[in-house]
Amino acid sequence: MEKIRVLLAKPGLDGHDRGIKVIAAALRDAGMEVIYTGLRQTPEQVVNAAIQEDVRFVGMSILSGAHMTLFPAVAKLLKEKGADKNVHLFGGGIIPDQDVGKLTAAGVGKVFTPGASTEDIVKYIRETAATMTDEPLV
Amino acid sequence: MTDAASPPDTLKSRPILMSVLDKFAAGDHVALARIITAVEDRRNGYQDLLARLYARSGRAWRVGITGPPGAGKSTLVFRLAELLAAQAKKLGIIAVDPTSPFTGGALLGDRIRMQDLSNNPNIFIRSMATRGSTGGLAEATRDATMVLDAFGMDVILIETVGVGQVELDIARACDTVVVVFVPESGDAIQAMKAGLMEIADIYCLNKADREGAERLVVELQSVLGLRKKTTPWEHPVISTQALNNKGIPELWASVAAHREFCQNQATFDHRREQRIADDLQTIIKNKIDRRVQAALRDSESYRNKIAEIAAGTTNPYAAAVELLGEIAGSLAD
Ligand SMILES: Nc1nc2c(ncn2[C@@H]2O[C@H](COP(=O)(O)OP(=O)(O)OP(=O)(O)O)[C@@H](O)[C@H]2O)c(=O)[nH]1
Ligand SMILES: [Mg+2]
Repeated sequence: MEKIRVLLAKPGLDGHDRGIKVIAAALRDAGMEVIYTGLRQTPEQVVNAAIQEDVRFVGMSILSGAHMTLFPAVAKLLKEKGADKNVHLFGGGIIPDQDVGKLTAAGVGKVFTPGASTEDIVKYIRETAATMTDEPLV
Repeated sequence: MTDAASPPDTLKSRPILMSVLDKFAAGDHVALARIITAVEDRRNGYQDLLARLYARSGRAWRVGITGPPGAGKSTLVFRLAELLAAQAKKLGIIAVDPTSPFTGGALLGDRIRMQDLSNNPNIFIRSMATRGSTGGLAEATRDATMVLDAFGMDVILIETVGVGQVELDIARACDTVVVVFVPESGDAIQAMKAGLMEIADIYCLNKADREGAERLVVELQSVLGLRKKTTPWEHPVISTQALNNKGIPELWASVAAHREFCQNQATFDHRREQRIADDLQTIIKNKIDRRVQAALRDSESYRNKIAEIAAGTTNPYAAAVELLGEIAGSLAD
């Protein structure tokens, strides 16, 4: 039985986690295993948690305006630690349109703007998971 | 089925496995995590993988931390981990949370309390969902624990919510079981009845900063005093304040004392053999179960028997004996 495992994190300094908790509940209700890691994490903590939990998706919500540093930092660390091939990074928060392209270029698979519904996120994860082929270990 | 252990010469034809095993041996967390996933998902060949790792295991001490929801188990695990990390111990943590029986999803939130451990290279934390499997979780958790043990962990802390039977089974499989309760747990006798208390080697009264804590400790000690003794081990009751980092060295000292007690017991080897026997039986039962499922799936007479039982021309008891006779051959290969 293979489950979709998703890590949700709220890095940076802002302390609002209502939005990400709503998403966590929606993903759980869609049958996924959601590892919620809490507020104010550093990129390194997010990446180490993603590695240990062996998740296929890492979702980050950033409202503080620090998205242009935090997302690329996480993408870079995933790569450095040899985990980028198995992990899709996605995110949301208050992100201006003109930054979306730059973030995708930096390795963020998908950026959700504030109008996105939880259904959109569930759909994105399901569709992306269906295209991911996991190299069999044994 | 990839049930049987493959001969080692097939290894070279599996470069991915080879490189993952090499990295695992070199202490790589990515490899460790991938192996746990293969085991947890019961992917094809996972038993082969476990068989390869088994020889490396046998060193870690497994400590189960269980208790009611919100008792402070994760916070305690965090504090214990900090303490052990300061002693340069290598540490595995497994945090088990329930899967929703309605959606199959799970919200695994224990890491929230353990954030600060994520960057420690000597600590590896894994969240597991119960996945509603019938008895399978205890087995998957134990296998994941064995993998952590084989990785070289000194101590493995396993957090489970002390409610369902499965969670109790997981805790029971640990070397030392700490049952956590809080002043809000109400009277100790009530807590005893929950079935949680019998499995404890150590009682931990957490949130001792709260009203009613001392009274509960006294009450619990007196209940324990009345209990019929089945072991020379004196069950300690330790007061902690995980939030304020109080009582943690005392809690660990009692775990260490329990470990020492176990290892000095004349019965220790016997207990070990008992555990090996249990493990062996579980593995055999699960193998047979899978083979029975597979044999019946392809069996015409199985479907016929169901129809006959429904029509009243035979009964399930006689049918089971006949079917068993028919599939017996396929259970042994
Ligand atoms: N007052 C007080 N609160 C505590 C103490 N230890 C933990 N808490 C609080 O209790 C709450 C639950 O703590 P957790 O560590 O998440 O408890 P848990 O048993 O792991 O919870 P579940 O995994 O959800 O069953 C948190 O708000 C903690 O801060 C303590 O010693 N005193
Ligand atoms: Mg917890």
